[in-house]
Amino acid sequence: MIVRTLAMAGALSLAAVGAQAEIKVGMITTLSGGGAGLGIDVRDGFMLALEQSGRTDVTVVIEDDQQKPDIAVQLSDKMIQSEKVDVMTGIIWSNLAMAVVPGAVAQGKFYLSPNAGPSALAGQGCHPNYFNVAWQNDNLHEAAGAYANDAGYKNSFILAPNYPAGQDALTGYKRFFKGDLAGEIYTQLGQTDYAAEIAQIRASGADSVFFFLPGGMGISFLKQYADSGVGLPVVGPAFSFDQGILQAVGDAALGVVNTSQWSKDIDNPANVAFVASFQEKYGRLPSLYASQGFDTANLLLSALEVAEPSDADAFREALRAADFDSTRGDFAFGANHHPIQDIYVREVIKEGDIYTNKIIGVALKDHVDAYVGECKM
Amino acid sequence: MSLILFIEQMLNGLQFGVMLFLMAAGLTLIFGVMGLINLAHGSLYMIGAFAAAWVAGLTGSFVLALIAALAAAAAAGALVEVVVIRRLYARDHLDQVLATFALILMFSEGTRWVFGSFPLFLEIPPYLSGPVRLPGGIQYPLYRLAIIVAGLIVAAGLFALIARTRIGIQIRAGEADREMIGALGVNIAALYTVVFALGAALAGLAGALIGAIQSVQVGMGEPVLILAFVVIVIGGIGSIKGALVGALLVGLTDTMGRFLLPVAFAQVMAPAAATAVGSALASMAIYILMALVLIFRPRGLYGVA
Repeated sequence: MIVRTLAMAGALSLAAVGAQAEIKVGMITTLSGGGAGLGIDVRDGFMLALEQSGRTDVTVVIEDDQQKPDIAVQLSDKMIQSEKVDVMTGIIWSNLAMAVVPGAVAQGKFYLSPNAGPSALAGQGCHPNYFNVAWQNDNLHEAAGAYANDAGYKNSFILAPNYPAGQDALTGYKRFFKGDLAGEIYTQLGQTDYAAEIAQIRASGADSVFFFLPGGMGISFLKQYADSGVGLPVVGPAFSFDQGILQAVGDAALGVVNTSQWSKDIDNPANVAFVASFQEKYGRLPSLYASQGFDTANLLLSALEVAEPSDADAFREALRAADFDSTRGDFAFGANHHPIQDIYVREVIKEGDIYTNKIIGVALKDHVDAYVGECKM
Repeated sequence: MSLILFIEQMLNGLQFGVMLFLMAAGLTLIFGVMGLINLAHGSLYMIGAFAAAWVAGLTGSFVLALIAALAAAAAAGALVEVVVIRRLYARDHLDQVLATFALILMFSEGTRWVFGSFPLFLEIPPYLSGPVRLPGGIQYPLYRLAIIVAGLIVAAGLFALIARTRIGIQIRAGEADREMIGALGVNIAALYTVVFALGAALAGLAGALIGAIQSVQVGMGEPVLILAFVVIVIGGIGSIKGALVGALLVGLTDTMGRFLLPVAFAQVMAPAAATAVGSALASMAIYILMALVLIFRPRGLYGVA
């Protein structure tokens, strides 16, 4: 409640700069509870881009979904019916996106996803007003599978939480990985103790481990895995190795290979400027979530240069053109409004006292998601 | 499935159970003596973990971190008891739930305000890290063994405290008849504060011990709180012995369920489906256990009528 009020106050004070607000953006994201770090990064990246644009006619209404689908739906109704927002964004978690996005786009709103990319919204459930600026959920896991082939792994043990993004993760890895599976486990969402799973990994005879455990779950797993002495090489998507949580994992993460569509050392002018300005404004290094929030805002701003959301067809075309300088370098939308992009292989390193990532290769080039063919729009 | 894996999983279940006992003991003590439902118990667990991570970061000493966790959680518990909880004893359970839920929100957002939204780092001390080889060739993390031993020592100490000391006699008397021990000259207000601080300190210790192998973050206490409630319902509300037995039952059921159910289903269906069904059923296992216990022993295993 307190956070929500503060966030609102922050949004309103920003809005107050503009004399007459014309474009209203509704941001529903996670700002309290265990997943708050992700939402805060998306929000901060988004607001930074807005601030840098100098536009004063864009109002952002920020609300905290507490990582609960029912609350997200309430907030969405409020934003559409009483706040009358033009564009919505912000949701981190796929189960929340599934609860909010179909309803919002059906009511004629535009939704720009800065993170969640469930397969259902990329395939048959795709919609002309839904744009994903981050990735389709499977993408980073597909890249992890491709990397595992390159690294010569033949027998992987794979695990993920039992929810839409977890299922997408294992599906994505298996789509590209050519070796055998020594084991496949779905854990509980929010689980913090992985002793039982690690014991099974030890007994399975695997030569590598792939896991998707975002946020605090990944911290717990990595610390316990490092302490167990199992010692098999680990591959994962960037979600367990983002800037926000690496410091909490510590040495247990050093040298671990992970896949990401963004890294702070991607060398293009937009990214260099983004990393420097984010660090200057917030006093910390940006995570991939912050880069996604930043790109989402810049996509929106680029479309607003061309058309107003009230002119839906022109605005949609402007979004589809994706005419903005992405922190990822080249950026384009596929036919289902999901990114076509390179996915990199990164390694966790230590720079001074700070744990961070370094690009060591490209896993997939100009990668298109697997569901684009199922999308009819 | 090998015997070694089976024994390793039993140890994991035991360790999980011992950790749950530290949480449930305080919860059941507070409910038994004061008749209070304390939803904020998970926040005290979180305070212990944050205090430990903060002190470990400053001093590098895990022992100091544990002492800080005990002290911070006990102090927070005593403060909360004096300022808020004391006014709730005479009220019904609904008011208590409402007030202690408000405390959860205040503690969570207060912690975020002080420490920020990103998880803190707390590390296993070097002398307890890494695996050890047990008889029979089992590789098991030393730190988890240490948690089991520490938990069992605390359990033994708690039983001794309740059974053999003067304050233990007062606690038991308080459970039996509050008004009477007040009439006999025992300072009830002080006793309640002490019991609350004791329960809080146990939760803080659990938080610090577990924080080293998990993520020290805001909201880490609530999932454990739910399990601790399951434990005291199974064990019988107010019974320390029940809390111990309940905690071990829940720990073993949960761990073995997660391990064995997918394997069992794989005998009769395709591997992918078995994983999905087994995992889903495993997450229900402890609640099914609770339902079964309540059917046959409506007041829990060691509950008094």
